[in-house]
Amino acid sequence: MSGGVDTAPHVLIVGGGGTGGALAHDLTLRGVRVTLVERGEFTSGTTGRHHGLLHSGARYAVNDEESAIECIEENMLLRRIAPGSFEENDGLFVGITDEDMAYLPSFLEGCERTGIPTQVLEPAEALRLEPNLNPDLKVAVRVPDATMDAMRMPLRFFATARANGADLLNWVDVLDLDLGGGVVSGAHVRDLITGKQTRIGADIVVNATGPWSEQVARMAGVDVPIRPSPGVMLAVRGRLTNMVINRLHASGDGDIIVPQRALSVIGTSSWVVSDPDDLGVPADHVQRMVDEGSILVPAVREAPSRSAWSAARPLIGSRDDADSGRELSRTFKTIDHAVDDRVEGFVTITGGKGTTLRGMAEVCADAVCRKLGIDTPCATRQTVLLPHTAAYAA
Amino acid sequence: MTTETTSTRRLRVHRFKRGDDAPHVEEFDVPMGEDATVLEALRWIQLHGDPSLGLRHSCFHASCGTCGVRVNGRERLACVTKIADFSGTITVDPIANLPVLLDVVVDMATFFAHYPDPHPIVRESGFLPEAAVADDLDGHERYEDCIECGLCLSACPVAATDDSYVGPAALAYAQRLLEEPRDGVDRNALLDWADQDAGAWRCHAAFECTEACPSDVRPAQRIMSLRKELRHRRSEQGREVPEQAAGEEAT
Repeated sequence: MSGGVDTAPHVLIVGGGGTGGALAHDLTLRGVRVTLVERGEFTSGTTGRHHGLLHSGARYAVNDEESAIECIEENMLLRRIAPGSFEENDGLFVGITDEDMAYLPSFLEGCERTGIPTQVLEPAEALRLEPNLNPDLKVAVRVPDATMDAMRMPLRFFATARANGADLLNWVDVLDLDLGGGVVSGAHVRDLITGKQTRIGADIVVNATGPWSEQVARMAGVDVPIRPSPGVMLAVRGRLTNMVINRLHASGDGDIIVPQRALSVIGTSSWVVSDPDDLGVPADHVQRMVDEGSILVPAVREAPSRSAWSAARPLIGSRDDADSGRELSRTFKTIDHAVDDRVEGFVTITGGKGTTLRGMAEVCADAVCRKLGIDTPCATRQTVLLPHTAAYAA
Repeated sequence: MTTETTSTRRLRVHRFKRGDDAPHVEEFDVPMGEDATVLEALRWIQLHGDPSLGLRHSCFHASCGTCGVRVNGRERLACVTKIADFSGTITVDPIANLPVLLDVVVDMATFFAHYPDPHPIVRESGFLPEAAVADDLDGHERYEDCIECGLCLSACPVAATDDSYVGPAALAYAQRLLEEPRDGVDRNALLDWADQDAGAWRCHAAFECTEACPSDVRPAQRIMSLRKELRHRRSEQGREVPEQAAGEEAT
């Protein structure tokens, strides 16, 4: 797995979520030799568990301008490089109460400022498009949200990276990082398929483990300010709407319904944990999804439940911050630990969200390439991705 | 699905690592809440029993299709199968008719190798037909029902004896492409692909695939509909229907 006659610099990515896959793709296109290790199935952490929203950015337009701009740019770009991967139905932000209506001007202003196209719909027109909406709605704003397959879309990055020569290894668990003299030079891993332990050497190790990034960083003796912040999601049977339905208000629990296949997914809540492996699904949060979701679409209350689950967001911030996780920025961060912690050969990419996986990878790959002295520009904006099935090619 | 523990259940889990002479069974006692799923029980084993347990999962809501296993011998998605639906010890095995990579993990490359090209996964929505479509959209789209979990292939008695058979998932997929053509799909090439010994004619109409499907794809009915189309095409071409399906009435 390591060494060989190839003289290209070697980057080891730890973590096979959307970020790791997109980074493997980006670096491979720039001529870097890439090995990625993931202890389970690809996208089995946070990536595959999210509600499947391709964000227009409108959710963040008022309070988190940076995230909003990232989202709308990546939203448009992903539709070009991953055609056929989205239910392209747009979304509505639905105002129901006077309080929601009071939010409308700043919402439209925020969308305008961040470049998110909007179309304001009268209640009758909104109900014509989506007959299951709460008939008491006062306004709806159409935005370019879409549904993404939380596994199959990211898998296209893995598929393309693999076809271009990246070595993507799942069922490989990182036991420890190889740290000596202030330099990370590889990782000690265990192959779960064979049970064998081995060392993978690398010029740079990238920690792309999302909410687990604090645990992995600790192996290099450094701290990463991540707060695993889970949210509960509830999938009910029946496609209750064709478009994504959001509540027109500042972010809150149960304020989005993402239709997907023959299901409707209602999300989400937010709290903070220390162990991203052990989340639980609090029953009161599930009930809140039903209660809040049925304010948007009353049929939610009668729809049979298919599944309720939790996923941990990798939010950036220290543990001293407010404890719901809602106040933290949804944008991402690349940390070069040589600068922050005087540990060479180790980079962490974390934060962000499914929609911005490509953009996160670009910024991280820029940083990695600077360290390696590679000046090949990013090519992922114009590279159309292979189908998800190619990720499984033997 | 809650975190509260109400009882302890015993799971018998299929274990296999490359280099093992044969698979073996390992038992775990798992403390579980009343709403717990088989996937949550297997995750508990990973966290508190044996972190080397190999297990596929991704979405946790029957949409990705990765967590297919056999629970007490029947094909199930672990994420939506409640422990409470079974009494006594629960046996978890990998799905059948695909090579086992590790424990309950199978090699999906073999599964996808049987699929025809191309591979569109988005279809016309068909939901809420009374709803209007916004002016600048062609129509509403959604993902295909099939989540590529492999449960139908696992349940198929023909696939159990013949690994050249392309299987119910791939045939149902081809039928969807014929039923609702998408760009880049060559209808004749697809019919040629289905019209082979290892294709639509190989099915014995046991309907086990439809029984096993967690996503209402109804693969067996699609295979029958595909055969009807193939029969029609063969009769136009003056060709006979293969022997194994000759006595069958068009459905």
